Order: sequence, then structure tokens, then C-alpha cells
Amino acid sequence: MIKPVILWTDALVFLLVLVVIGFILYARRKPHLATPWKRVFAGRIAAGSSVVLLAFVLTGLLDSLHFRLPLAGNGSEGEVHYAVEVLSVLDMLVGPLRTRVEKTYSAPFATHLYAKETVEREDGSQVRMYPPLQFGGRHLGAGGRHKAEDILRRCLRALAVTLLGMSTVLWLMAVLLARRRGSTVRAMAGCILTGRTGLPWRTVLATLSMLLLLVLLAVDLAGVYHVLGTNKVGQDVLYQSLKSVRTGLLIGTLTTLVMLPFAIFMGIVAGYARGWIDDVVQYVYTTLNSIPHVLLIAAAILMLQVYMANHPELFETTVEREDIRLLFLCIILGITSWTGLCRLLRGESLKLREAEYIQAAACFGVSHIRIITRHILPNVMHVVLITVVLDFSGLVLAEAVLSYVGVGVDPTMNSWGNMINGARLEMAREPVVWWSLLSAFLFMFALVLAANLFSDAVRDAFDPRTLER
Amino acid sequence: MFAYIVRRAIYAIPILIGINIITFYLFFVVNSPDDMARLHLGMKHVTGEAIQKWKASHGYDKPLLLNGDAGGLGRVTDTIFFEKSVRLFAFDFGFSDDGRDISYDISQRMLPSLAIAIPALLLGLLVNITFALLMAFFRGTYIDTWGVILCVVLMSVSGMFYIIGGQFLLAKLFRLVPISGFAGGIAAIKFVVLPVLIGVVSGIGSGSRLYRTFFLEETGKDYVRTARAKGLAESLVLFRHILRNALIPIVTGVVVILPLLFLGSLLTESFFAIPGLGSYTIDAIRNQDFAIVRVMVFLGSVLYIIGLILVDVAYTVVDPRVRLA
Repeated sequence: MIKPVILWTDALVFLLVLVVIGFILYARRKPHLATPWKRVFAGRIAAGSSVVLLAFVLTGLLDSLHFRLPLAGNGSEGEVHYAVEVLSVLDMLVGPLRTRVEKTYSAPFATHLYAKETVEREDGSQVRMYPPLQFGGRHLGAGGRHKAEDILRRCLRALAVTLLGMSTVLWLMAVLLARRRGSTVRAMAGCILTGRTGLPWRTVLATLSMLLLLVLLAVDLAGVYHVLGTNKVGQDVLYQSLKSVRTGLLIGTLTTLVMLPFAIFMGIVAGYARGWIDDVVQYVYTTLNSIPHVLLIAAAILMLQVYMANHPELFETTVEREDIRLLFLCIILGITSWTGLCRLLRGESLKLREAEYIQAAACFGVSHIRIITRHILPNVMHVVLITVVLDFSGLVLAEAVLSYVGVGVDPTMNSWGNMINGARLEMAREPVVWWSLLSAFLFMFALVLAANLFSDAVRDAFDPRTLER
Repeated sequence: MFAYIVRRAIYAIPILIGINIITFYLFFVVNSPDDMARLHLGMKHVTGEAIQKWKASHGYDKPLLLNGDAGGLGRVTDTIFFEKSVRLFAFDFGFSDDGRDISYDISQRMLPSLAIAIPALLLGLLVNITFALLMAFFRGTYIDTWGVILCVVLMSVSGMFYIIGGQFLLAKLFRLVPISGFAGGIAAIKFVVLPVLIGVVSGIGSGSRLYRTFFLEETGKDYVRTARAKGLAESLVLFRHILRNALIPIVTGVVVILPLLFLGSLLTESFFAIPGLGSYTIDAIRNQDFAIVRVMVFLGSVLYIIGLILVDVAYTVVDPRVRLA
């Protein structure tokens, strides 16, 4: 049997998922919450980007289910020993990517290593040559002939399967929508294809087919090639990039989760109570804001490093150490980034406490706690939501910069920042080792762009100022 | 006005004290100086003697807050808190962990930082305002829509890729400028061009989009309608009325970061090997030089607070409706 491992961040991720699901169920029945969300998804750009975001989230969630495999060869004494390596469901799904490790760098789709090596021939003579890869392009046989044909054939195959798959999805979609609307499947399919539906299903379909094509290509090609090349120690770069998705998402979401209760409580209380409480809260956030954020994070992480170096016994596996550091980074980022939201909420509740309905509630003798939770909190939630969504992409980008400075996630952890940092120095080599950088760039760009486009739509739908216009 | 500035400066004192307490707590209480010594000496061959020696040579061998051995005022002054933290208020920065004079290093490294930061800021402003005006002039058309989308795309690229891409294209492929480095005097120009250019380009996305919203906010106001009703051409309305009013948030937004320009940019300076304060900070973080990081935290906070005061002053200058009391 496998032994499930729940890391600290995993637990928080599951908590977050529960909160989101709960919110969706709650919002479905409240028209004042459901209407703006419908407006968000009615936009084509937002609908398309939400599909991309969902794909990222799914990857991250699969990577958050951790376990340890039992070691082979025990069990005779009844006691089972487990491997030190902590794996995730994603590792299992992409199996060969993880295990097929080359010696060092190799370019995407290469059949030979990047660097020359001295190889001994059968007759004893030595030659300098590019040794063939152990796994990449192995099926082509010696010399790696017909590579282009092979790749093209696999691409066409993936394209055909995508078309087939997407027609099925289109048909399913049409059947479901037609049943709800009471029209024929044929007419519904026509509506979807010409974009005459309430929600932009055509865009969703198009984005989905692009994703499906990419996934199929990856499945077919990554089985026999290193699609994005290999890194310095021969790991597949595609695998690294996929593993980094979880890190990026965690930084973007957990940071918010950590700081949210604090920011909401302090902000509302300061605005509602005024007086010395307000002064204290203002003092705290001005002080924290005055310290340059990178430096505060650096100082805190340096201190964590010293602490970890002096207490190595607390961390059983490297994954646990990486995990604690990631969590700590989220907390520190949260401490530096709650001030903005707190200030907004303070201003908003200062305004709200003078509103007539709150005055009325106070006249009826409603307690302060009840006024805050029943009357003020629901009316500032749009500010919270907009800030959270807008902050996400900034945090993902910040992770890369912090990892470059050396105060980001653990250097052994898979993250886009660490990939960039590792590949940066190789730009000076001839020929250039560009694939690690390019992969990190593509993955980060896709996530951040989708998040930016989505957050714009959310802001437009929830911000009362844009609604008036 | 003067009284206002003095009052604001006095308000700043408790904030600086708070910052000092936070940094003191982070650097000396969370981890004792013993831990720091162990980190610097390496984990293996650490003896109690070596730790004591390291602490003595760096001035970390005193009690944290109260010195029971010393008499009189020495009870408070002969401590780490007084020696390392309170002295910062007098801008007496002391020595870094590897024995260099921090004040001297900072004064040497300020100019290269400014040589990059000031041209990048000015050029960036010019470019961003131009783009934003263009989008505001063609608002509601395809130029505007695609301009905004382009801005979002530009915003979604990590700053590091602008630097790496720029270095690769302009310096390595086309060999127009040196990849990195710095020189004094006129020779600095060829080293400064690329960092400034990248600084401008990487800021276009977020900058133009923000300024565009400032412009659009103004276009809905009554005075703009009046100006149009008089029969003024749209371009005249834009330049003479909207631009001047939209400059208020733009100018105040710039003023707040003016003092922080001294600190330079961490990324740009370290990628281009420019001997400014940004690379100084990064090196300190990488070498785990706590003394320098502590000083930079303090300096950064002071500059930020100065920026806040400057903003208030700037408001009265650019917007006659605002009066400070």
C-alpha cells in the first residue's frame, strides 16, 4: 500500500478548494452574486482565459496529492518501509518524463547530447563525438534518421485525434444545451459554431481544442523525445515546467489566503471603530509599507535559512523542507502585501459606517459584531475579490524575481524562477542553451496572461465605478 | 507649508522607531548572534572560541538590550540594540560583516544607480504618456482595444525576460552595446543605453494602461464637455485640457518613487553588473551580510517616508485646489 503524505501546503490547498466550492454553491443561489459572475463569463476573452487557468489549476491540484511508495523487497517482517521520495499523482501520470534522465543538456527533439564527450569504441580506439541520448529519439535507431518525418507523422496524428475529440465535445455540448433550451441538437450546434449563444461556448471550444492539441502532442512526442530538451543534470525540461505550475499557483493563491483574514479584520475594524484603534492600524501598515518589500522578504528568508541550518533535525525529507520554506515565503509575501487591501477596506468601511442602513441598524441596538459581519462585510467583499484576483499575477511574477535574488523558494524546488536562474548563465555558452529559459517563459507567460485577462474581466464586472459608466 | 513639513517629519519618527524594532527583532532575537557566527564560520569546525572571536570582531558580543555589567548610562548604550540599531538614526552605518565601511560604499555606488534610474524614469514617462494619449485619442476604436490588449501582453512578461532578451538580441546577436559592465565619465553612456532602454520597454505595459485610465477619467468630466461645446478641436481638448489635469495623478505617482531611485533596481543592476546600490543589496543578500541588509532596510524606509512627504508637497504645487494645513 502507498502511504499518503499531506504537506502543509497541500492541506491549505485543499482548504482553499473547499472554500471556493462552498462559495460557488452559495453564490449560485444569490442573484446579486451570480449576476456579476455571469457577466464575467459572458466575455469571450474572460471565458477563454478561464479555460486556460482551469488547466493550470488542474495540473497544480494533481501535483498536490502526495504519497510515498513502499520499498520493494520488504514485507516479510510485516513492517513496510517507504521510499524517502515523495511523489504526486502528476508524477505517476507523466511517469516516463520523470525517470528518463539523460547525462546533461540536450536540445529539444535532439537525438544526441549537447556537449562532446570522449567515447571508447569497440576496437579500443577513442573518439570525440556527441554521444547519442539514452532515451530521446531512441526508437529511430542509430543515427536518428527520418526524425522530421517521425515528428510530422505524430503531429498529424495528434491533430486528427483533436479534431475527432473536439467534434465529440461539440456534439455533447449541443445535446446538453439543446435539452436545456428545448431546441434541436443540429440548430444548437450551428448556434455554437456561429457564436450565437449566451455564454461564449465557441471560444471555450476553441481554447479547449488548442489545449487538447498541446496535451496530445505532448503525450505522443514526449514519450519518445525530450520535447523541451533536458537541463544541466539531464532532467526533462517539460517535466520541470509542469512541476513548477504548482509552485507558481501556490505562491499566487496561498499568499492571499494567509493574509486575507488579517487584512479584512484590521481594515474593517479600523474604519468602523475609528479613534485610537484606527491610529494603531494605520501606524502598523505605514510602518510595514515603508520597508522596501524585497528587503523585508530577504531579511526574513535569511533568518529562516539560519534557523533551518541550525535545526536540520526538524525536516525529515527534502520535500518537507522545501514545503516549509514555500509556506514561509507565502506568509512573508502575505505580510508585505496585506497593507494595500487593508487601506482600501479601511476607507470603504469609513464610508459605509455613515450609510443610512448602518445607522438604522445601530439605532435598533444591533451589536457591533453583528453590524460588521452582516452589514459591512458583505458590502466590501467586491473590493476583496478584485484585489485578490488582481494580485495573483503579480505574485507569480514576484516568485521568479525572488528566486533569482536568492530569497525565493528552496533552490532544489521546481519553480520557474529557479529554472530561469539556472539557465541564465548558460546564455553565454556557444551554442546557446535557450530551451530552459524559453519553457519557463512560455509557461509563466501563459499563466500570467490568462490571469491578467481574467482579472480585468472580474474587475469590470464587480467594480461599481465601471458599471456606472 | 513649512510647519506642515516639520510636522510630517516628526510623525515619521515613530514609524522609523517601529522599523528599527522590527529589523532588530528579525536580525538579533529570532536568531541569536551565535547562529550568525556559526553560519559565517561554516557548519563543521565551529568551536565556542571561534564564535566568541567572530562576535567580538564584529561587535556582536554585547548583551542585546540591557548591559548589567556596565554602570550608569552604559547600561543602555553598551548594548547591541544601541550600537547597531539606534546609531542608524544618526546615519552612522558602521561596518559590513566583511569589514568595509558601509557609508563609503553607499556614497560610491549612488551615482551609477542614478545614471540608470533617472534616464529610465524620464524616458519611460515620455513614452508612456505618448502611448496613453494615443489610446485615449482613439478611444473606443480598434486602435484603443488592441493597444490595451498589447499592454496586457507586455505586462504579462516577467521583467527578467526583457533583460535577458535585450541582452541576447542587442548585445550578443547584433553586438551594438556591451553585454554588461560600467565605466566612469562619458564612457558610461554605452553601458547605460541598454539598461535604460530595457527599463523603459518593460514599463510600457503597466504604465501606459494606468495613464490611459487617468486620461479616460478626465474625458468624462464637465469641463471637457464645455471645451468641446465651444467648438475646440479634439486634439486641442486633449492636449490643453485633459493632459494638464491628468498630469496631477501622474506627477504625484512619480514623486513618491523619486527618493527610492537612489536605491537603484535590483534586477537591472545585477544583470548588467552595474556597481550601484541595487547590486550592492543583492550581493549582500547572497553573501548573507546582515549588516548591509539592515542598513539598506533602514535607508529604504527613510527614503520612502521622504517620498510620502514630497507627494503632499507636490499636490499643492500641481493642484492649486489642495492646501496643506
